[in-house]
Amino acid sequence: MKAAKGITSRAHPLWLAYILHRLSGLALALFLPLHFWVLAMAMTDPVRLDGFLHLTEAAAVKIAEFGLVFLLAIHMFGGLRLIAMEWLPWSAPQKTLAAGATAGSFCIAILFFMKAI
Amino acid sequence: MTAEVLKVTIQRDADRVETFDVPAYENQTVLDVVSWVQQNADPTLSYRFACRVGMCGSCAMMVNGVPRWTCRTHISKVVDGNAVMIGPLRNLPVIKDLAVDMDPFFDKWVAAEGVHHGALTRDDEIAPVHETSATRVEANAGIECINCSVCYAACDTVASNPDYLGPAALQRAWTLLNDAKDEGRVAILDAVSGSGGCHNCHSMGSCTMYCPNELNPMSAIAGLKRETAKNFFKRGR
Repeated sequence: MKAAKGITSRAHPLWLAYILHRLSGLALALFLPLHFWVLAMAMTDPVRLDGFLHLTEAAAVKIAEFGLVFLLAIHMFGGLRLIAMEWLPWSAPQKTLAAGATAGSFCIAILFFMKAI
Repeated sequence: MTAEVLKVTIQRDADRVETFDVPAYENQTVLDVVSWVQQNADPTLSYRFACRVGMCGSCAMMVNGVPRWTCRTHISKVVDGNAVMIGPLRNLPVIKDLAVDMDPFFDKWVAAEGVHHGALTRDDEIAPVHETSATRVEANAGIECINCSVCYAACDTVASNPDYLGPAALQRAWTLLNDAKDEGRVAILDAVSGSGGCHNCHSMGSCTMYCPNELNPMSAIAGLKRETAKNFFKRGR
């Protein structure tokens, strides 16, 4: 019954890109107040901030940081994708080429960055 | 397909489905299956079709949760084992069984100024159309729309905002905006920049994904977004 009522096949790249962009944005919006709260401690309570910063050495926090960078990256590239798609009157092959070029240069830059650190 | 009998489940009401055993054939479309049920199992089954060759746009239904033109969809492409679920198009009021009321869809087509805005009379020369001009290429990209409402049923934005004009109507507006013979530029841009207009689109792409004629309403709507934005900044200056 569900199948006839609602669309069940949203599993196509454009819809997935849309939902990833949305969810990453929501997650970042939830994170930001926490982020500012911790930053504000530099002014209000530096000792407590230091205690907080020690937490970043814990493995769980490192994994959470990875998640945060992942969310930021997804949201940034999702936004760039949307801006390019809606504001540049490109044809489909041009879009594919542009996406490929961006992905390629991103990979090379990441490799360089990883070597640098 | 190896099954001899298809288990065809048809949505008869908001909360009632019925399953029919339909003989399977080598060559069989989803519409053939629905017709078999109506002609052999339940003559009260209501559904809509006309041309059976993908021209008229009247036979679209939800097939296993995906909007499709049923006359050009081979059952073997959609069947899950030997079962298939068929329902009325999403996002439109159901009249009975598989027949939906298409009025909201066509009303929005008109609301988006999807009508001809002519300036010439029969006494004027026929205006030349340059087939290779950039605007004509844009217009040509959308003219094969058959008004089947598959994109409208596929769109999550339509589902969440009943005032949204939807992919088909907006694509028509974009086509006319690029048509050298159409003089409705101001009216069209006004119609598509309102509260139910092109800026509601979240570019989810289901319209483009499921359009049976492989048109690209999402790109047409992006075109409208650009034109309305340009128009806004020009007027603002």
